[in-house]
Amino acid sequence: MPRPLATAVREGTFYSAVVFFVVLAAFPFYWMLITAFKTNSDLYDLGNIPFWFNDPPTLDHIRYLFDQTMFARWLLNSFIIGVCVVAITLATSLPAGYSLARMTGRNGEALGIGIFLTYLVPPTLLFLPLSRVITVLGLQNSMWSLILVYPTFTIPFCTWLLMGFFKAVPREIEEAAIVDGCSILGAFVKMVLPISLPAILTAVIFTFTLTLQEFVYALTFISSSAQKTITLGVTTDLIRGDVYYWGELMAGALIAAIPVAIAYNLFLDRFIVGITGGAIK
Amino acid sequence: MVAIAEKLTKRRSTFRFILDRPAVLGPIFVSPAILYVLALVGAPFLLAVYYSVSAYTIYNQSYHFVGLRNFFQIFGSDIFRTTLLNTFIFTFGSQIIGLILGKFGALLLLRPFPGRKLVRALIVLPWVVPVALATVAWQWMFDSLYSVINWTMIALNVIDRSDAPNWLGNPHLAMLCVTVVNAWRFFPFAIVIFLAGITAVPQDVIDAAIVDGAGFWRRNYQIILPMIAPIVVVGLIFGTVFTFTDLSIVYLLTKGGPVNATQVLGNLGFQIGIDSGDVSHGAAVSLVMLPFLFVLVIVLLRFIRRREI
Repeated sequence: MPRPLATAVREGTFYSAVVFFVVLAAFPFYWMLITAFKTNSDLYDLGNIPFWFNDPPTLDHIRYLFDQTMFARWLLNSFIIGVCVVAITLATSLPAGYSLARMTGRNGEALGIGIFLTYLVPPTLLFLPLSRVITVLGLQNSMWSLILVYPTFTIPFCTWLLMGFFKAVPREIEEAAIVDGCSILGAFVKMVLPISLPAILTAVIFTFTLTLQEFVYALTFISSSAQKTITLGVTTDLIRGDVYYWGELMAGALIAAIPVAIAYNLFLDRFIVGITGGAIK
Repeated sequence: MVAIAEKLTKRRSTFRFILDRPAVLGPIFVSPAILYVLALVGAPFLLAVYYSVSAYTIYNQSYHFVGLRNFFQIFGSDIFRTTLLNTFIFTFGSQIIGLILGKFGALLLLRPFPGRKLVRALIVLPWVVPVALATVAWQWMFDSLYSVINWTMIALNVIDRSDAPNWLGNPHLAMLCVTVVNAWRFFPFAIVIFLAGITAVPQDVIDAAIVDGAGFWRRNYQIILPMIAPIVVVGLIFGTVFTFTDLSIVYLLTKGGPVNATQVLGNLGFQIGIDSGDVSHGAAVSLVMLPFLFVLVIVLLRFIRRREI
């Protein structure tokens, strides 16, 4: 085969493979997007070609979401839950991660791994006893139950993540501050925290997105519409009996998914470093 | 004046003396996180274990001890045995498909080409979007009447409208659907794990292999793969743990149906323990996951330790 032809074939194969992967990964989201803006008559007509608009795009589904359902309330609930969980997580994980990073010897390492392993204890194992705990505390069917429970997986995750980042902060910075008259606490607050802002921001983003992704606990603890999170509300509340409101469902899923997708993409590399704990050096 | 000043300095230094001792400050710093986790993971876990050997239901809240009776009862039921088998098929089926797609996807993304950043951003979508939201998109694509998959196959004359498959209504197809959707959710994670591993392999190792005459496949499977094995195993264990214990995909797509054909442990535990209120049997079903998780964690610990050596 002549060289240019061989190159063309190779390039062609390569780009078709890329297209295959992109379509495989992104088609359901394209489908979400187009469904969200199609009129009902367009959606439910098998004679139409479904991949593009046969009627002009409409904002009806989105309007319906905000006017006729508690969509705005779910957004607000998720936001409040996210902010509270971030606060609890930072308040506990920042000192814990720092302390574990500076602990010398086997103990610190073992304790860190121990905390991280609790991240692997699945919600489907804990939801029964936790719903008992929630009832005893009088939080059943309230979004505050989620604020209490979500830190059980965000604290282990963020402690591990922050521990890794703090290990990379040179000890000399604290030592210099201590020589200059700071206490260890002062050195931590005044020197270590400011230079760790990117790491803290990463922890904030992941805590927030983990609370948005959570489904099992929300499904177990919350049944009234007004207390639901965005993920739970969209997936369980937009179905009336056996009738699905596909346009509304897809619009709701899309609006909830976009911020998470953007945040994750921006912080993806840090996430990988955190989750693998530098399994390769 | 002098006396007061001296006193102040002294008191301040006593206070600072405590805060300056790492042996004191360390435990103070780490304890809130540990206490939170002990109270809301450790204690509930023990309660779950006790539930599974008690007769507790939401209608009869007695902690009466019944030994292993609950476990014998669930292992005696056909539904449970189907569920256990389904859970393994669901987990390993989706992980294998995900790993294969992940390996090939990573090979593609290694090569620089225009628009690679955008392609990567699109390819990781299934993993980054909340799984419940992505699942409803699939639910719509598997719709019994308006399925876009069926529409396409009919338009391409692959099938006839009269024998268009009812994806979620047929027991075998439904199992295939939940497994494929989970593989779809997992493969971008496999891609980024492979990418992280491969880019960490030092270039001089690869150059040396090329000089020694190693071809593309040999480089891939005899040099790169063994080097990235630890990171891939860690990623795989994460995927396996979260798939094995998951219920969201099955709950949203099929609710375990048709007639328990896609039932998995997480969903069965939810139906028995929460929907029916039979907490003790629900807890027993969930606890069956434990030995498997335990094995995975042991493997994980071996790999985390290995990197320290």
